[in-house]
Amino acid sequence: MKEVTISIKDLTKKFEDVIALDNLSLEIERAELFGLLGPNGAGKTTIIRILSGLLQPTSGSAKVGNYDVQREQARVKEVIGVCPQDTAVCPYLTGRENVELFGNLHAMPKKKLKQNTNRLLEQLGLTQDADRRLGKYSGGMKRRINLIMALVHDPKIAFLDEPTVAMDPQSRHAVWGFIKELKARGKTVVLTTHYMEEAEELCDRVGIIDYGKLIALDSPEQLKDKFNAKDLEEVFIQLTGRRIREGL
Amino acid sequence: MNFQRVFALVKKDLKKMVREPATLFLIILFPVVLTLAFGLTFGGIGGSQSTTYRIGVVNMNPAESSQLWPQYLLGNLSTTEILKIQDFPDNETAQADLVQGKIQAVIIIPEDFEQSCDSFWNTPSDPSQWVNTTVQVYLDSGSIFAVQAIPPIIEQVLVRTIFGDQPTSITKPVQISSPSLVQTSGITMFDHMVPGIFAYASIFFTMTVAQSFTDDRSSGLLKRINVTPTTATEFMSSQTISNMMGALIQTIMVFVMAFLVGYRPGGGIVSFALAFTLVLIFSLCNVGFGLITATVAKSSGAATGISFIFILPQMFLGTFVGAALSSTAQSISRFVPSYYVTDALTSLFLRGAPATSPAILLDTLVISICSIAALMVGILLFRKYGKA
Repeated sequence: MKEVTISIKDLTKKFEDVIALDNLSLEIERAELFGLLGPNGAGKTTIIRILSGLLQPTSGSAKVGNYDVQREQARVKEVIGVCPQDTAVCPYLTGRENVELFGNLHAMPKKKLKQNTNRLLEQLGLTQDADRRLGKYSGGMKRRINLIMALVHDPKIAFLDEPTVAMDPQSRHAVWGFIKELKARGKTVVLTTHYMEEAEELCDRVGIIDYGKLIALDSPEQLKDKFNAKDLEEVFIQLTGRRIREGL
Repeated sequence: MNFQRVFALVKKDLKKMVREPATLFLIILFPVVLTLAFGLTFGGIGGSQSTTYRIGVVNMNPAESSQLWPQYLLGNLSTTEILKIQDFPDNETAQADLVQGKIQAVIIIPEDFEQSCDSFWNTPSDPSQWVNTTVQVYLDSGSIFAVQAIPPIIEQVLVRTIFGDQPTSITKPVQISSPSLVQTSGITMFDHMVPGIFAYASIFFTMTVAQSFTDDRSSGLLKRINVTPTTATEFMSSQTISNMMGALIQTIMVFVMAFLVGYRPGGGIVSFALAFTLVLIFSLCNVGFGLITATVAKSSGAATGISFIFILPQMFLGTFVGAALSSTAQSISRFVPSYYVTDALTSLFLRGAPATSPAILLDTLVISICSIAALMVGILLFRKYGKA
């Protein structure tokens, strides 16, 4: 029997009169690479923000690593790594300094921090530019540093909110390889994306979200078979009557 | 509290202070340039030297006659060390330099000066035998200091020239005691300004803290830090420490620059320690004001503008800017924290008050209360309304 690492039960989040999440329930297993799919504004980021303790749900509950996200936030923060959708970095620090800052915020031992920093910079092809200030990085390089900052402390659970958005194809494939390796190392990864090919390439299972509701949940292959579709984009069209890039 | 997290955040903020041109300018370069400019303008370069005035002298006493008394007068003018004497051949040349501001005054020694002085000493008790004459003095009306300071100095030099250092037994109704030259104080106008400059420089932490928080908030960095195990206490401690370190660096830089342009404050090591402590405590007050500003401001630009609500009253009422305040404004100034910093530093460095004097202790108490209150209010408001 597989171990559930993240459980979401009847989760609802309202922003004044807008319902961002509507009674959503979901379970994600340990070492699973789970994709949250949906158009912009569907509620993917809201889920990540609630799971990482940045937002309080209006109703319902959620557990991350068996810790309640509302009552045991400090515990949750020890086991997660969050890569935000926008590149939240310090432009006045170098790439290495940004990474080390977040390693220190997770109270990593110095030696381990140095090893992880060097390994991750190498893996994402940033060793050469590691000691340049981030203000001088290209957009793609900043996004890669953004990802490393989330994972330098080797978290058990990684929330990656559209980590490859606005990346060139080469960088995107490098990041895909990196995410696959996370799964191979037994990490639980929750990936939000609106790139269907990304979900098909990486995810064990995907949850398709529309207007804050979970409208489909299965592996990409099972979903394609079920809807007799050639790809997940077609699955989404059959479910909602519109293309995913059209938004809400 | 985990000090690894606190020090990592302090390191980040100090690097920001040094690497971001706008922050570096406001925190370090601006106070340093300000101190340098005011020091050169109002102070005396080279240490404790007095203020000096350049005086043009036109000696109309005929060259062929004795120059004994004019030489006495010129000698006495020179020995004041306040007046730097420059000889001019005629009044016209001297006046030309005066109107150009090259000299601050012109003294015309009259043709009958020798004769007049001799007549006094020949019959000191019989004024009817004296040859009266007048020493003309022209002043640079563009310099308030020259107008106020030079005439009494010349007057006393003249008295000394005629009567000498010792009292003379002159049998006349008015006795003239041994006149002493006006002792110009080693304290320059710049010395009066420096305490206010320390407060003035620190005030701008309000702006940099507000900008920093709004920037970090809009870039998502605050949220990102919030999903790490860093606690609010650790984060705010790091902000407090980094801004206090910034204030310390700023104070040292301002002090060094002031020293280089001639500032020589009184007081011992205790006074210096207390002065630095006061500025550091005051920096917390401005961190608090910065947090309040960041709570209200939605962007870095708005933070810059709103921060002036805290900066301007403190600047005009509590630093060197408000040196010539009206009595009403002086009363209002008691309501701004910077006033107490300036007052305490003035007492320590200019008035020579000991660190334990009641006035300084009261100032310290007020600054501490204001700083703790502003910081607490800032933290509470920012945590409740400012993080979104």
